[in-house]
Amino acid sequence: MKRNLPLFFAFFCGLLVIVSEFIPHRPFSLMIDTLQEWFMIISGFAIILGQISLFQSNINKIKQKDSGWMFYLAGLISFILMLIVGMFWGTQETGGLFGHGTALQARLGMKPFDYLFEFAYMPLSSTMFSLLAFFIASAAYRAFIIRSFESNLLMLTAVIVILGRTSFGSMLTGWLPQGLRFWHLPNLSDFIMEYPNSAAQRAIMISAALGIIGSSLRIILGIERSYLGSDK
Amino acid sequence: MSAVSSNLIERRIVFLLLFVAVALPLVFPIGWKTEVSSYAKQAWELIESAPDSSVVIFSFDYDPASMTELQPMAEAMIEHAFSRNHKIMAMALWPQGMQLAEQAFLKVKESYPDKKYGEDYVNMGYKVAGIVAIQSMGKNMRDVFPADQSGTKYADIPMLSKVKTLKDVAYINSLSSGTPGIKEWVMAARDVYNTPVTGGTTAVSAPGLIPYVNSQKQLHGLLGGLKAASEYEALIGRVGSATVKMDAQSIAHLLILLLILTGNIKAFRARKRSAE
Amino acid sequence: MSSFMSVFGLWMAVFFTFSIFSFLYKDNPFYKFGEQVFVGLSAAYWLVYLFYSIMLPNLFTKLFTDLKGNLILLIPATLGLMMLLRIIPKTQWLSRFPIAIMIGTSAGINMLRYTKSDMLSQISATMINPFNAATTSAMIGNILLIFGTICGVYYFYFSKKQEGISAVPSKLGIWFLMISFGASFGYTVMARVSLLIGRLEFLLKDWLHIIK
Repeated sequence: MKRNLPLFFAFFCGLLVIVSEFIPHRPFSLMIDTLQEWFMIISGFAIILGQISLFQSNINKIKQKDSGWMFYLAGLISFILMLIVGMFWGTQETGGLFGHGTALQARLGMKPFDYLFEFAYMPLSSTMFSLLAFFIASAAYRAFIIRSFESNLLMLTAVIVILGRTSFGSMLTGWLPQGLRFWHLPNLSDFIMEYPNSAAQRAIMISAALGIIGSSLRIILGIERSYLGSDK
Repeated sequence: MSAVSSNLIERRIVFLLLFVAVALPLVFPIGWKTEVSSYAKQAWELIESAPDSSVVIFSFDYDPASMTELQPMAEAMIEHAFSRNHKIMAMALWPQGMQLAEQAFLKVKESYPDKKYGEDYVNMGYKVAGIVAIQSMGKNMRDVFPADQSGTKYADIPMLSKVKTLKDVAYINSLSSGTPGIKEWVMAARDVYNTPVTGGTTAVSAPGLIPYVNSQKQLHGLLGGLKAASEYEALIGRVGSATVKMDAQSIAHLLILLLILTGNIKAFRARKRSAE
Repeated sequence: MSSFMSVFGLWMAVFFTFSIFSFLYKDNPFYKFGEQVFVGLSAAYWLVYLFYSIMLPNLFTKLFTDLKGNLILLIPATLGLMMLLRIIPKTQWLSRFPIAIMIGTSAGINMLRYTKSDMLSQISATMINPFNAATTSAMIGNILLIFGTICGVYYFYFSKKQEGISAVPSKLGIWFLMISFGASFGYTVMARVSLLIGRLEFLLKDWLHIIK
């Protein structure tokens, strides 16, 4: 029961989705609507599970005084703080358990949850990803080296696209006469994106789709069952 | 000096150069002009051609990490839709999208102060489960969104009175920086219910989505990155934040090209030396 | 008070920005602090929005306002709770039921959607008359599109060893892939630089007021 019943559930749900696509009438249409509504609610619980797991992992690291435990404590405190202000006074238009916190809003200029989002979450998130600009510059200098015909091709395309997607690129070849407009960098860059790039990406898409169809069938038919974990 | 520390110093010099290359044009703008690509034009045409008073969906499927690229697109596209008197139903497949949507509407409302919440635009909130949520919207919108962000029931929102399913919206505009996003909208909305889809994405995701802009019209144009955002601003005749940032973008690109060139010269010399 | 808190907030944002940027010099406690605060805030943010946007309107409000009419919602609620039991080792197996429902449903949906959008539609979009083009460059482009897609798909065919003449289309497929990766690199540079521009704009505009 512990393994076979879940496998049957997966088979039934997968089959129901497929059947309802081809017979979009009652009872299948009703069943699929219900299943999709349930899916959203269960997904919500899945996210909660993820957050509990993160919470637990941080608690364990702090308890065991792992290296850098103070940082995990900071993470835990910020988690609890954001959760509390969000649940107590809500977000934007949504009221929380204690309403909209008008007095607090007057002090902060906005809701505490929005304040933390604006002045802590937003700068942290965007700065974290902006670091990648430095690393890609460093990679361009150290790793983007011509070694073979293929790497030449890659480099040439990259250079055209890097130039073509800037205002500077437009200016650089903007003087070309009408008959040579194809070689104007933004046009050349668009041509690469529209044809050779599309061809390669389409090949990846079609191949990946075949893979996804195959693995989905394996799941529905119960051949792939690793998602159930082990019995231990 | 050891090779490791020399590498570290080189790396820091590269970092410093990039920092300066981006900062200087922000302080001293150059004012290079942007040319509009066909992808941006197609997205603009879809919004331009939708009938007056159409209800449309703007899905904010991104987070602050990509807001430099997507927020200017969101603002420009909202402005365009408002100018065409479209009724915007905002939603998000990413939770962070809701806050960013609110900021975008606030900004655009400076130019359109008479646009009213509930009548001209509405914020329906975040929905989990990506493609499944979209499929459900195709069957019954009210089941997916029992109420808007502030708790007003779906039936009590005037602009949504005639919108029952995805088929009742004129087009969908997804501003997306990953999954779920444009791909899911194409798969579950365009390819199932035939509702036109357009959108904007980060430059990283753009090459992988371009095959959808095809003869089948799976996607009506695509805005990819800051350059495309500035193109859209040019199309609606607005000098927005993307246009201002394009000079810094151009100079940084030039620096990257210079770094590629220097790196190759260095590698070539090293190879020559080792051959000798 | 509000303006003091705005200034305080601004300085907090500046502090976090520099904490993360400090990683460029080397890993340090400021970066680690910023990193963990980000993780904590991010997790709580998801949870709060999940509660207000999903759990409340789609489950709790329906159950509390009209339990009789929504009795069926107790099933996904129970399945959801079974999902949470995964954290207790003894009851872990119960989470297999909701997981199986999610995986099965996703598999069915993916199979249908990918077949239509990423396979059939892409094949249809490639089956075009290349000579039906407005310009010569578009005609050449169409030929490249058809040729490149076929060669690219051929490259991903791993069931038979590709050697001799049969390796030629595969080689051409690699060339198309290289062009695409080059274009992707160009676009990635653009994306990453944009993110940095956003942060520097914040520092120069909102904090230092150097630019307007």
